[in-house]
Amino acid sequence: MGLLSNKNKEVLVGPLSINNPIVVQMLGICSALAVTSKLEPSVVMGISVIAVVAFANVIVSLIRNTIPNRIRIIVQLVVVAALVTIVSEVLRAFAYDVSKQLSVFIGLIITNCILMGRLEAFALGNGPWESFLDGIGNGVGYALILVIVGFCRELFGSGTLLGYQVIPDAVYEMGYVNNGLMILPPMALIIIAVVIWIHRSKNQELQEEN
Amino acid sequence: MKALRNYLDKIKPAFEEGGKLAMFQSVFEGVETFLFVPNTTSKTGVHIHDSIDSKRTMTMVIIALVPALLFGMHNVGYQHYLAIGTDPGFLMTFIFGFLAVLPKLIVSYAVGLGIEFAVAQVKKEEIQEGFLVSGILIPMIIPVDTPLWMIAIATAFAVIFAKEVFGGTGYNVFNVALVTRAFLFFAYPAAMSGDQVWVRTSDTFGIGAGTVVDSFSGATPLGQISVAGKEMIGNFQTVDILQQPIGLWDMFIGLIPGSIGETSVLAILLGAAFLILTRVASWKIIVSVFVGGAAMTAIFNLIGTTVAMTVSLLEQLFLGGFAFGAVFMATDPVTGARTETGKYIYGLLIGALAIIIRVLNPGYPEGMMLAILLMNVFAPLIDYYVVESNINRRLKRAMK
Repeated sequence: MGLLSNKNKEVLVGPLSINNPIVVQMLGICSALAVTSKLEPSVVMGISVIAVVAFANVIVSLIRNTIPNRIRIIVQLVVVAALVTIVSEVLRAFAYDVSKQLSVFIGLIITNCILMGRLEAFALGNGPWESFLDGIGNGVGYALILVIVGFCRELFGSGTLLGYQVIPDAVYEMGYVNNGLMILPPMALIIIAVVIWIHRSKNQELQEEN
Repeated sequence: MKALRNYLDKIKPAFEEGGKLAMFQSVFEGVETFLFVPNTTSKTGVHIHDSIDSKRTMTMVIIALVPALLFGMHNVGYQHYLAIGTDPGFLMTFIFGFLAVLPKLIVSYAVGLGIEFAVAQVKKEEIQEGFLVSGILIPMIIPVDTPLWMIAIATAFAVIFAKEVFGGTGYNVFNVALVTRAFLFFAYPAAMSGDQVWVRTSDTFGIGAGTVVDSFSGATPLGQISVAGKEMIGNFQTVDILQQPIGLWDMFIGLIPGSIGETSVLAILLGAAFLILTRVASWKIIVSVFVGGAAMTAIFNLIGTTVAMTVSLLEQLFLGGFAFGAVFMATDPVTGARTETGKYIYGLLIGALAIIIRVLNPGYPEGMMLAILLMNVFAPLIDYYVVESNINRRLKRAMK
């Protein structure tokens, strides 16, 4: 049982691609639509979720044998809510602008399906170290998709990246116009759909029989 | 004709499996069946042969669109020369409009057909003819000053995401041409609405240069209606681009600003008559769209608390894309309702919704596009309940 045995590696790396929470398990789509109109909030949201899901996994895994089965959801929610409150306060203290942009969505991490999914499916049945790796893996898998979507939406919707203009003025003078649809949530859904499309065509085993 | 047939037969082997041009097989097949009626027939079962297939149907729709397209070209030139205050004669007016519209037609066909050909080749299917009509509709439902690259992006988006991902021609949920317009409308609102885009004030390929006259204002009648304040109820008057009042007759003939193909009710009705006579489009949908729109207008006229509510019945039906949508968009056999009763419901709701959006939402002076797209979603549901109620009725009769 090394710290990074093959099984643990699988736990950590699996959620990045083959078991990705967004594009394979279809969890956490709502927040992926809501916060990704710019790259910066996408990155911050991704990091927040990584932190919350990793530590929630560890804490729930540590107390998993003492939680009565009937009230486990409430206990999990208390753990997650405490962590989300900490993340939210830290953001307000050190990154006030971004926390204002993200508004309620940091608080809504509590309702993110990925969290409950990981706690229920993994942390309740595995040790703290494996749970930590699983949390990091799933958080990064989620953040990865958010960053891809945020990158596309900010680049084509506003012509900027992280607030800096990347499409040169000369292009605008030639008649280029930013795509307003990219700012609207429907386009986030379509970008996620395209990511899923590419992902499935690269991973034949994920394709559903029809 | 015979020489063409012989030539096609001669080059055919090269395109078959193993031939050196096999990668273009679907393109060859597409061109061949476009030029000649396929002579392959079914071998088993009982079939009624009819020379009308979907390619011929599409061709009929294109013929029906020609009057509106030609009038649209003329109107583009007419509005332009009106704006710069000169009259170069009928021929030059038409040539100006022709040159302004032609690049849009070419871009829309090149992008759309290019994607269809590529997809057909990748999936090893025959080329579907669905884009023949969409390609001509797209330039007709946009303002004359829409940049070509926007049309290209929007067409590519619509063909891929509204059509190919659903399975290609015949499987799309939404009308492809309208998805193109919706994409343009939401992605580039400045190029699709307002009062700067409907009349071309610059020259086209060097023709028709001139300075715009002082009284010029490029707002469409619907645009004027949507911004008119409450105090104008009773003395509101729609005007043309030189501030001259326009009446019902001008709206019917269509020498008013608007999207390229939508302004002339006369030309559209010519197309409608052709479509109904050849039974390509369903008269039930066309009539019920107009009835639905008229009924909704009558209701709003009774309320009459804003200028948009007081617009008279015929004006509502003549202005904007209402007639064009009713005749060429709502009747799309793929995205519309298919049951006979369903067609009435589908049409009535489109007409009513279009007027509701126009009147109640000042952000959208024209509601036809959104109304048809919305009802596209519900068409299968309408059909489902029509079929269910029919089954239930017959069941009851059988149980007696």
